Amino acid sequence: MTASRLSLWQAAWVIARRDMRAILFSKAFLLFLLGPIFFGGISLGAGMLGAKAAGSAEPARLAVILSPQETADLRRAYAELAPLVDLPIVEAVRANDTEPRALLKDRDRNFGAVLTGSLAAPRLTGTPDQIERWRGRVALLAARAMGDSATYPSVVLDPTSSSVASARTAQTGTATAGITLLFLLTMLLAGMVLSNLVEEKANKIIEILAAAIPMDAVFVGKLFAMLGVSFVGLAVWGAIAGVAILLGGAAIPALVAPAIGWPLFVALFVVYFALAYLLIGSIFLTVGSMAATVRDVQTLSMPATIAQLAVFFLATFAMTDIGSPMELFACIFPLSSPYAMVGRAAQSAALWPHLLALVWQVMWVAIFVRVGARLFRRKVMKSGPAGRKPKNKGAPAV
Amino acid sequence: MATQAQTPLIETLAIEAKGLVKRFDDTLAVDGVDLSVPEGAIYGILGPNGAGKTTTLRMLLGIIDPDEGVRRVFGHDRPHDIARLIGYLPEERGLYPAMKCDEAIAFMGALRGLPLDEGRRRGRELMEAHGLGHAVDRQIRQLSKGMAQTVQLLGTLVHRPRLVVLDEPFSGLDAINQGKLEVMIRELAADGVTVIFSTHVIHHAERLCDDVAIIAGGKVPYAGSVDAARDRIPAQVRLETRRAEGAWCTALPDDARHDPKKDGSHFWYFPLPAGGIEALLKRLIEGEAGVLSLSIERAGLHDAFVEIAGAAAAKAMKDEVPA
Repeated sequence: MTASRLSLWQAAWVIARRDMRAILFSKAFLLFLLGPIFFGGISLGAGMLGAKAAGSAEPARLAVILSPQETADLRRAYAELAPLVDLPIVEAVRANDTEPRALLKDRDRNFGAVLTGSLAAPRLTGTPDQIERWRGRVALLAARAMGDSATYPSVVLDPTSSSVASARTAQTGTATAGITLLFLLTMLLAGMVLSNLVEEKANKIIEILAAAIPMDAVFVGKLFAMLGVSFVGLAVWGAIAGVAILLGGAAIPALVAPAIGWPLFVALFVVYFALAYLLIGSIFLTVGSMAATVRDVQTLSMPATIAQLAVFFLATFAMTDIGSPMELFACIFPLSSPYAMVGRAAQSAALWPHLLALVWQVMWVAIFVRVGARLFRRKVMKSGPAGRKPKNKGAPAV
Repeated sequence: MATQAQTPLIETLAIEAKGLVKRFDDTLAVDGVDLSVPEGAIYGILGPNGAGKTTTLRMLLGIIDPDEGVRRVFGHDRPHDIARLIGYLPEERGLYPAMKCDEAIAFMGALRGLPLDEGRRRGRELMEAHGLGHAVDRQIRQLSKGMAQTVQLLGTLVHRPRLVVLDEPFSGLDAINQGKLEVMIRELAADGVTVIFSTHVIHHAERLCDDVAIIAGGKVPYAGSVDAARDRIPAQVRLETRRAEGAWCTALPDDARHDPKKDGSHFWYFPLPAGGIEALLKRLIEGEAGVLSLSIERAGLHDAFVEIAGAAAAKAMKDEVPA
């Protein structure tokens, strides 16, 4: 064994490895995992009940505007397939009855989409979600109606303009959900990293660490350990969500697809989450280095918590108007940038702002971690049990 | 990353400190401390609580930086650069309560660069060797205070350091465990390890140390060998006679203290005369003092401490000795 000390990253790894093991096998982590699952389960249950209630009340129908012959063929195909496949209720509408978009707006008739054109070239008009959901079944029906089960006609989709508008509104909902989830996760983790540090100080471990490795490494190790823990949590939650979606299917209330698509949105969410956590976590760790007791933590972390709330409200408010000065400010301000960019990812398909934002945020993470580690090193041994001595002695306090 | 060692001022010193000063706000905790700890020595830092012992040790180890002065450990200005050579047991004992003993020892070794597997293996060996083999798989929270303290000490030693720094290592230990710790310290020194420990219990330092630094009020009024500290006070003569008067009395120093006893005997206490005891003894016999006993008592480290640090510091030390 050489005399030289561990490098910063080696030492940080020693700390992170211990912290991760300790947290992952603790009851606190179980609660950490169960918390969102509990709330998610309640939401899911409520959503499924709601969906079931809505479904049993009045399912949306498929309006059919075809020639009489093709309508008859379609009815025959429907009768054959309905026992085998979950098909929407079809209702023939006279060709000259009305225009498809007007039919969709007719509140008395509850049409989810309108089938026009021909069996060989069907055209489906409706909300993007609905026509996407029914296009396969319509193709199946049309193929059967034409007597050719092997060749499915290509269904032309015609999303309604009002539906596009509603999709945008719904994307705002996706953005809000993303920002809220990001906020809750970072708050939860920042609180955990803070209590972990205070517990360490209470256990008087900190002086052993300070004697052996650079305090910067303790800071970095603790910060990244909690990030690792959070990734494990995300993986578990993601897996559970995936299973729930597979099992629950359409009964689960779904968010509208974000503008950049789900895969990229999820990937960006994870990266923005990591950056948001590193930013706020470094602040909370620095706060923790100055605190000796839980009461100190509450007092000192209050401004940081308020600031984080302000950032959350800023991002939530700003995302309602993409491109506005407020939204641009939220994207640029380091602490709100991850939240605002999640909101943007849900509503805007442009990718280059994310590249810029990631570079910008990584730079700020580096600054926050560096400054935080420096303050941590200065403060952590000046507070807490290790830094205090009885003052009732004659000689100067140590 | 290894750093280039600087040339130590004296080749054989494990620790050298010159003019260390540390302030906390308005409090001057350490005020110009000089220390020289030879390699392989058992070195004690003696002083009452609040004297500056812990702050001095923390500065020597690089946990905190001095406001003024220099410190070198094995010739290095930055002790962290040679962290693998150092073991440290802080005064505030601390272990992760949920960790198993061998894991705790291995973790402390890992902090000093020892691979975890090797740390676990050595941890088990050390625990077996110190009679704690049955507790290897127990969590720290399940141990008695003495056992937990031993585990922490083993964690301090698991990476086989060349310098072991122990801050108040005897506090909180019962007499049996104090004895075991003394044996352990002697064994370390026998293996060539430099041991430096702070204590406010003088007899531990007196029994173990080659050299001591006496610290009081943030200053070090004495640093050197235990023998030299004791030699600062002349040996005391304790004389017992049958008679209290006579011409022989003029042979006694003027400051001799007379202590008559109820059984008719008389005790006399005075410093050993510069000329030795033989001439005095001759005059006592010739003067028919009726010498019953005569002994020369060398000063203890406690007397030296009183002489050097003052009675107030000595009283503070005495007050802090656990019952």
